Amino acid sequence: MTAVIEVQHLSKHYRDVRAVDDATFAVEENKIYGLLGRNGAGKTTLMQLLTGQEFATRGSIRVFGESPVENAGVLQNISFIKESQRYPDDFRPRHVFASAPWFFANWDAAFAAQLIEEFRVPLNRRIKKLSRGQVSAIGVIVGLASRAPLTFFDEPYLGLDAVARQLFYDRLLEDYAEHPRTVVLSTHLIDEVSNLLEHVIVIDEGRIIIDEEAETLRGSATSVVGTRAAVDAFVAGREILHRDGVGGLASVTVEGLDARARAAASAAGLELAPVSLQQLIIRRTSTSEKEFEATA
Amino acid sequence: MDESRPIFVQIAEQVENDIIGGLMAEESQVPSTNEFAAFYRINPATALKGVNLLVDDGVLYKKRGIGMFVAGGAKARLIAKRRDRFSAEFLAPLLAEAEKLGVTPQQLKSMIDKEGTK
Repeated sequence: MTAVIEVQHLSKHYRDVRAVDDATFAVEENKIYGLLGRNGAGKTTLMQLLTGQEFATRGSIRVFGESPVENAGVLQNISFIKESQRYPDDFRPRHVFASAPWFFANWDAAFAAQLIEEFRVPLNRRIKKLSRGQVSAIGVIVGLASRAPLTFFDEPYLGLDAVARQLFYDRLLEDYAEHPRTVVLSTHLIDEVSNLLEHVIVIDEGRIIIDEEAETLRGSATSVVGTRAAVDAFVAGREILHRDGVGGLASVTVEGLDARARAAASAAGLELAPVSLQQLIIRRTSTSEKEFEATA
Repeated sequence: MDESRPIFVQIAEQVENDIIGGLMAEESQVPSTNEFAAFYRINPATALKGVNLLVDDGVLYKKRGIGMFVAGGAKARLIAKRRDRFSAEFLAPLLAEAEKLGVTPQQLKSMIDKEGTK
């Protein structure tokens, strides 16, 4: 596997805020990554660092083997679609699509035209006059049709309705299958995208807390539900992610139950409930730890 | 999709079900991994993993440059495999629930007979 991005001990501090804190990870070629985390976790800062738009306080970044900062050779292979992309005041969508080929060698005008139709973007209206969702659609179209070897989507769908989001996911998958490339999708709509992702990186308070294949994460945690005594006896000695209780009942989320443990749980009269990727991430990020301390 | 289990396992099971149910005939071509990915809205690498699971089990085989095909005899082998698991997966929980409710094996048997004639 070839690494497209290699980051070592990367930190970015703004005064006393550690937006990115000692992050080390790699992004492999031609996979779809999910960069997940809460608002303010450091997702956008990390992507700005990777695309040379911010300077690191500490650590090293290699994108296509080189530093991305002021490096045209690296940056021309990157498409970065931002949540709040600004356009010049007089710009109309057709100006954006007319200038995109200047920046992206792989630009596919026919694909862009198809997407413009599907997302119903009015080409000749001023961008200032467009709805939030229409502006987001412009970004999504540029990100898809640019077919850059490395594409970042940073919360690309502000204001996009459910139909348009599904269209985005479908077109992304189809085009990725035809033209494999590396995609980093940053989002907090985890349930919507979880099946699209091959690899998941979760950032929380600037730190990388999960860096794992999506399929490994799926089903890695299970909630064990039953009477408090039975649940406590079963989870003793296991790593507990989350604990909830009401009256004599307890629900405890634990990691890695094998078939034997599952059979033992059923035999003890306990219910096992699946934990979705989104729930797993919520349980692993900091708020739930505090809740856990309070209830434990 | 069921959230609790790996998606590639579920894809493989779905294809197995289609073979057992006769929707995919032996020696016929199955959809490509990209078609599976688009249909189930999953990552193509995940679909490939599911298909490879079936190739490893001898349920599907590859024809170079053409695609994936259902192996001869796959249906009978899959049915035999499912029958082996039937007792553990379906009977054991049924008996456990029956015992909890105080349904005797005799009562259970007559219930099955009754359902079967419906």
